[in-house]
Amino acid sequence: MQQQARLTGLGHFLLGLGLLCTVPLALAQKSATDSIAEYRAMLQDGNPADLFEAKGEALWKQKRGPKNASLEQCDLGKGPGVVKGAWVELPRYFADTGRVQDLESRLLTCMQTLQGFDADEIAKTPFGRGEQANVTALATWIASESKGMKFNLSQSHIEERKMYEVGKRLFFMRGGPHDFACATCHAQDDKRIRLQDLPNITKNPGAGNGFGAWPAYRVSNGQMWSAQLRLNDCYRQQRFPYPLFGSEATIALGVYMGVNGKGGEATAPAIKR
Amino acid sequence: MADPMRIRAQASGDKATVRVLMSHEMESGQRKDASGKLVPAWHIQDITATLNGKPVMTAEWGPAVSKNPFLQFAIKGAKAGDKVAITWKDNKGESRTDEATVS
Amino acid sequence: MKRSITLSLSVVAAALLAACAAPLPSSAELDKLTQDIIARSFRAQGQAKLDRLSPDEDNRLCAEADRTGVAVDAKTAQAIEARNMQTIKAPSDGKYLGDFKQGERVAQSGAGKTWTDAENSANGGNCYNCHQISKEELSYGTLGPSLYNYGKIRGVTDPNSAAAKPIVEYTWGKLQNARAYNACSSMPRFGHKGILNEKQIKDVMALLLDPASPINK
Repeated sequence: MQQQARLTGLGHFLLGLGLLCTVPLALAQKSATDSIAEYRAMLQDGNPADLFEAKGEALWKQKRGPKNASLEQCDLGKGPGVVKGAWVELPRYFADTGRVQDLESRLLTCMQTLQGFDADEIAKTPFGRGEQANVTALATWIASESKGMKFNLSQSHIEERKMYEVGKRLFFMRGGPHDFACATCHAQDDKRIRLQDLPNITKNPGAGNGFGAWPAYRVSNGQMWSAQLRLNDCYRQQRFPYPLFGSEATIALGVYMGVNGKGGEATAPAIKR
Repeated sequence: MADPMRIRAQASGDKATVRVLMSHEMESGQRKDASGKLVPAWHIQDITATLNGKPVMTAEWGPAVSKNPFLQFAIKGAKAGDKVAITWKDNKGESRTDEATVS
Repeated sequence: MKRSITLSLSVVAAALLAACAAPLPSSAELDKLTQDIIARSFRAQGQAKLDRLSPDEDNRLCAEADRTGVAVDAKTAQAIEARNMQTIKAPSDGKYLGDFKQGERVAQSGAGKTWTDAENSANGGNCYNCHQISKEELSYGTLGPSLYNYGKIRGVTDPNSAAAKPIVEYTWGKLQNARAYNACSSMPRFGHKGILNEKQIKDVMALLLDPASPINK
């Protein structure tokens, strides 16, 4: 009995050695995806999106354009000038334009009516240039003013409900030479493309996490990407033709994702690799 | 005039942690554009940090530092209310200084 | 004065109420609305022309199945598979396998067919986006099954033998047009849609089936 209970000195040593041997193995088994997650966590502090936030806030308050006016009277859905909480309710129906709009198309509306800019010209301007770059900065700041809040898109207006259904059809629509749809990558749990995890956007938590992270700063190319640019590049990689900036198709997809993400937490502006 | 830096300085114990985000293209001078031409070097070379006007840190940066660089360092003896100023100077001679108060 | 205000207020209220209470259009009407919106929302860019949005009946059926959660019925699935099977042709010289080293390059490359790609540039197979293939390549996706040891698992020791013929032909067919075997497969139809040419597909065949290919070690 006593012999069974006692571990000899040699036994202790071998046990210790055994434990030491298993530890490096466990470390070696840290997956590639875990390492990338660690890398992303390290990037969180000092997100260059902060620079675009600062720029956006300044642009909101600055008198600009042919009418030399600021955007401080812009109605993002919660009343003129109300920015806090506006982003987590977009896209939504606007009575003054009679249509459902997302943040960026609504900014074009305000830049035209309040400041006198030409919305069509801005829509045609490539991302990152001229006034289009300013729209991205504004969108970054406005999204940051809803950081931590929960998505709560309205579906009370018939136009909002119609756009949800259109967005759903667009999400599953297959096309292009590769027969890709949004759903090809974003309709299942726990899938990844190469080493990039793919959110399932058909429901939470994927919908809230995926939709709620853009605008985001992409470290790999040092660019600030708005939601419109994220959708644009998705369509490019799907081998589709070019979705027009602020088009109804992009807005409908925003409604589909945002409604699916109801209750999800807004994390934008996020940082991506 | 270049875009402003974002500076946060937080006192804790006998030191303050300073975090700075700088807005700069930081072209290394080794990159080629779409037509194959070298994009000329344009990056920050010198950094100076001062505490209430007195230099506490200097840095020399080369082409390896990436775009929109993030810098973090600690200043011993800094307390809430002190003024931290950061100045950067790039290889084109452009310069920018921003200030923040330690919280 | 008061009366007209009350009247206009009630009109507004009625309109709002109508907007809230209005029933959703039928599914067919929503399909039409979606098509109209698509027609207004895209422009041609680079090599990506608007015909890429043209409804392909097989895609339409599969998209509807995915959206509603109701799979296509067996008869329709068979019809889709038969239609796609007809597009598959045997290699022009009767040789199915090419060079597995080139095949690995095709599998690694995600280039081609986007609006930023030159029209006549070489396209890649994008294979690693969805599949594990070699043991060494850690950067692989999980949208499709692992293809590591593909030929080995299927007992292919001599791809030219009669015993290997069914697997060789099936693999060729899959790469040419995956929808011939699985009506709503997510896998691109590499041969039929002109994404990869015959040589590239033979090279990928070698990567998968050649016993000398590193993925079969």
